[in-house]
Amino acid sequence: MMTPFPPPTPKEILARLEIFLICAGSLLLVVFLPLLNISGTIDNYTLNLWGKYLCYGILAISVDLLWGYTGLLSLGQALFFSLGGYMMGMYLMRMIGSLGQYKKPMPDFLVFLGWTELPTFWKPFDSFLFAAIMIVLLPSIIALVFGYLAFRSRIKGVYFSILTQALTYAAALMFFRNDMLMGGNNGFTDFKFILGQNLREPATQRGLYIATAVLTVGAFLICRWLTKTKFGLVQRAIRDSETRVLFSGYAAANYKLFVFVLCAVLAALGGALYVPQVGIINPSEMWPDKSLEAVVWCAVGGRGTLVGPIIGAVSVNALKSWATTEYPDLWLILLGGLFILVVLFLPKGIVGIPGMIAGAFKRAPKEEAPAEPAAAEPIVKTEAEA
Amino acid sequence: MSRKPMLLAAEGVNKSFAGFKAINDLNFYLEEGELRTVIGPNGAGKTSFLDLITGRTKPDTGSIKWEEETELTHLSEYEIFRLGIGRKFQTPTVYTDHTVFENLVLSLEGSRGVFASIFGKLRRLERERIFDILKTINLTAKAEWKAGALAHGQKQWLEIGMLLAQNAKLLLVDEPAAGMTDEETHRTGELLLSLAGEHTIVVIEHDMVFVRQIAAGRKVTVLHQGSVLCEGPVDEVQNDERVIEVYLGRKHRHD
Repeated sequence: MMTPFPPPTPKEILARLEIFLICAGSLLLVVFLPLLNISGTIDNYTLNLWGKYLCYGILAISVDLLWGYTGLLSLGQALFFSLGGYMMGMYLMRMIGSLGQYKKPMPDFLVFLGWTELPTFWKPFDSFLFAAIMIVLLPSIIALVFGYLAFRSRIKGVYFSILTQALTYAAALMFFRNDMLMGGNNGFTDFKFILGQNLREPATQRGLYIATAVLTVGAFLICRWLTKTKFGLVQRAIRDSETRVLFSGYAAANYKLFVFVLCAVLAALGGALYVPQVGIINPSEMWPDKSLEAVVWCAVGGRGTLVGPIIGAVSVNALKSWATTEYPDLWLILLGGLFILVVLFLPKGIVGIPGMIAGAFKRAPKEEAPAEPAAAEPIVKTEAEA
Repeated sequence: MSRKPMLLAAEGVNKSFAGFKAINDLNFYLEEGELRTVIGPNGAGKTSFLDLITGRTKPDTGSIKWEEETELTHLSEYEIFRLGIGRKFQTPTVYTDHTVFENLVLSLEGSRGVFASIFGKLRRLERERIFDILKTINLTAKAEWKAGALAHGQKQWLEIGMLLAQNAKLLLVDEPAAGMTDEETHRTGELLLSLAGEHTIVVIEHDMVFVRQIAAGRKVTVLHQGSVLCEGPVDEVQNDERVIEVYLGRKHRHD
């Protein structure tokens, strides 16, 4: 018997179009935007803003891999984002050296708190390598422990969301305390150098932007690849019917734990690049509304698409930048309204718009045709054959 | 007594839900290679019994032994699955958003580990096996369909196909013919009969025509109020006074 399914050509065309768009988008972000900045077409402020948006984009990808693909609505991704940021912040604080207000060889807030010597856990952060390791390690350990306990107890759905939100809230309260020695409610700021480069130099900021763009594209490609493996099949199966997955022999908890840890690392990497670009990290970054915003980006862009969350993060934050200067009091109402509109009218988000338009044209001949072209065949055929 | 090894032995199993005794001191023995049909009126505890075997619920008391050594009541659903116990649910439970092909990929025997799933590739032999199964369950033409778009009977077959892909030792099949046309039912029976040699199969069924088809010359177990009412060849069981009584609700004469 021949292979029964020569893949339909429209599908192939779509696949090629997708690859073309991915390449074009990646080139635009990684190469063209920095070039336009060097040539002066895009000013430094705008490029910096894009760097910030893309960090949020990475955070949004992590939300999507959890929520869109595995059905885990984590409301604590901002925690991991902030932890990555804090780890990077500790390194950046050490790089200030004795150039702070107090001209002492340690962070100002520690001098202010009466410390004469650097606390032990701060010392290794002189090394960028150590900070980089901690950026990955600390969020993964926290995600591993929390995830293990949550998934082993089969906490799911809204309970999982509430717990993750409580976790990030508790962490925020902890970081607010001065005796945590992480800068209290002011957090870390006034950074000066990264890897020997002056952070105020446009070239340094451009370098950071490029690193962010590369990471965004990399995170997107890795997640895209992952969702196309058998792992991706299991992931979606867990999302759709977790109980059934157990009866297919998969330890759903292990799969969820893997995704949870991976997404914590992704968010942390985004946060680590975010901090040197915005120049500040404080506990308000892990406040619950930050995680909720990330969910909104994901929904607006299109959940379960990976590219949608990036688009959502960039567009919603661009909107935010504009709205908070033009109508500062209305921003939250706008955000809430946007979320409601998307839920009601754009279930697949911005990314789903072309499909909706195409669907509107196609609907006439056949109602509720399944996505696959093969569906044109009559269902009764097998019964007739039998 | 002839002593063939027991594949499954449930002894003294009890399970109640909020005071209702779903399973009441149930004893059930299954030899390797059997095709056993379990019948019983609604609420007799048939599905509850499968839930207990597959780890979906844990019994209050009693033991369920697998191959005379492994205590199933201590294991979780996926661990029980990995011993080689597969289940087809009463209402077809397939992954509706996955294609038919993907449903079978997910069910295919082999490693269930996270990393194997990431780096493992579908080998040519496995692909061929899936196409063989698709042929067996008559869904070759619909391999790329989303399972949710299949007709009810086709979903039932797909789920049987998933059991085949798993290559389980013991197949627990809960009302496979529910919602099927007579012809489909007959074909389902043939399919189960063709598997009977290689696998041990427990079929739970209501449809007596279907039961007679698959149970001809084989042992049938009748469940009633959570315990075994009687066991024996299908003809014998069907003429048993007590069975007729529980099925038709005929009352005893009071004497």
